[in-house]
Amino acid sequence: MKQLSVPHLLGIKYLNKNDLELIFETASHFKEVINRPIKKVPSLRDITIANLFFENSTRTKLSFELAEKRLSADVINFSAGQSSVKKGETLIDTVNNILSMKVDIVVMRHGNVGAGVFLSKHVDARIVNAGDGTHEHPTQALLDSFSMREALNSDLKGKKIVIVGDILHSRVALSNIFALQLQGAKVKVCGPTTLIPRYISSLGVEVETNLKKALEWCDVANVLRVQHERMDIKYFPSTREYTQLFGINKQILDTIGKDIVIMHPGPINRGVELTSDVADSKQSIILNQVENGVAVRMAVLYLIAQQIKR
Amino acid sequence: MSGKTLLTSKEIDIILHRLACQLIENHNDFSNTVLIGLQPRGTFLAQRLKKILTEDYGIKNLQLGLLDITFYRDDFRRKDAPLEATPTKIDFLIENKKVVIIDDVLYSGRSVRAALTALQAFGRPISIELLVLIDRRFSRHLPIQPNYRGRQVDAINEEKVVVNWKETHTEDKIYLVQKQPKTN
Repeated sequence: MKQLSVPHLLGIKYLNKNDLELIFETASHFKEVINRPIKKVPSLRDITIANLFFENSTRTKLSFELAEKRLSADVINFSAGQSSVKKGETLIDTVNNILSMKVDIVVMRHGNVGAGVFLSKHVDARIVNAGDGTHEHPTQALLDSFSMREALNSDLKGKKIVIVGDILHSRVALSNIFALQLQGAKVKVCGPTTLIPRYISSLGVEVETNLKKALEWCDVANVLRVQHERMDIKYFPSTREYTQLFGINKQILDTIGKDIVIMHPGPINRGVELTSDVADSKQSIILNQVENGVAVRMAVLYLIAQQIKR
Repeated sequence: MSGKTLLTSKEIDIILHRLACQLIENHNDFSNTVLIGLQPRGTFLAQRLKKILTEDYGIKNLQLGLLDITFYRDDFRRKDAPLEATPTKIDFLIENKKVVIIDDVLYSGRSVRAALTALQAFGRPISIELLVLIDRRFSRHLPIQPNYRGRQVDAINEEKVVVNWKETHTEDKIYLVQKQPKTN
């Protein structure tokens, strides 16, 4: 029967191909719902969801919150900045306190790798990982794949996707790699060698350090942000040099002789990894990604809630 | 699968024409009326009626939408089997329109209740009517009755009405079978 093979969404690596297809199919129904005059369905009326953001986030948090509200769930929000975490409370204590208020699903972003997996073993709620450190960001990868399928108007089998930029610090990159490979796509990564993880080839991913070659090869370029906040040392000499070697501008796109799809999970550093004329061009589906993010998150929450028996 | 035949292909054809005529009686040229077929099984009936109305009775610009009610159902998380959604295709608003909801079998009335809620997302209609091919008597959980019915049948809870359309099966046929015990 059609349901997810997992009780939580902790990472793409725990999902199988059928799970992805089910999520995409459900998301397409929700995309129709959020384009209606009244964009709300009553499915999750008796479900309470806690959004726990131990790390800063704007669009992911808004997107989750909107998805929850569109499904009629009750929502409580928590940001680490204003919480007892600063007073020394442990993660399990914080979450158990919240769960005693009868919460069914926890959406969590945390700076530590594996925080979601850890929590799923210790608390009695369904966990949706909204980003754990530099590890995974599964809903972003799902909405990226959903948007690629929509832009290419086909599934991703045999499609060529290049992920450009700071791969080392990116949870979006890792989740994307898992999701794309599950769907039979070919994945390359492109960026300064200092920002490419050393063992990335063990995932079956090729490394290309020449941006033009990478763009000539691909159907879709998913461009990532340089995450200065996660860099404790200098990984490249200057932002200017990074932009010269790995920044995507109109000139380089004009020379590759085909129209590729440009994506970015946001927030964009305009003029660094993407110039404005590219970010705002017809090839760019950045704002579609944001719209699809709500639909995909609705699908994930709906499918997880479906497994919670009364 | 065999069982007691309720309606044969010929009978279904006669009933569909009768239902079409009854609709015309109340809605004239359908200029302010839209048909909404309930996904998944009401859609064949709705499309068939549309075909008859346009081809045999010359109704022009008949608007037909398909509505999926999965996200509005009241048995979410209460059944063992997950609910499967199907696409909704309504590319018009129902604000100030007369709406006719079309489904194949009226049983508990819960699908229609969900459809009434779901339709609110598309505007405020002047009126909503219900057309069903098979009306199972004595089985309603809610105070819902059809405005147009193909055939009224008496069936006990252990029985199930199966509707086959020639679009998916070899011929149009409606029959009654014993419910299979759930195996999952």
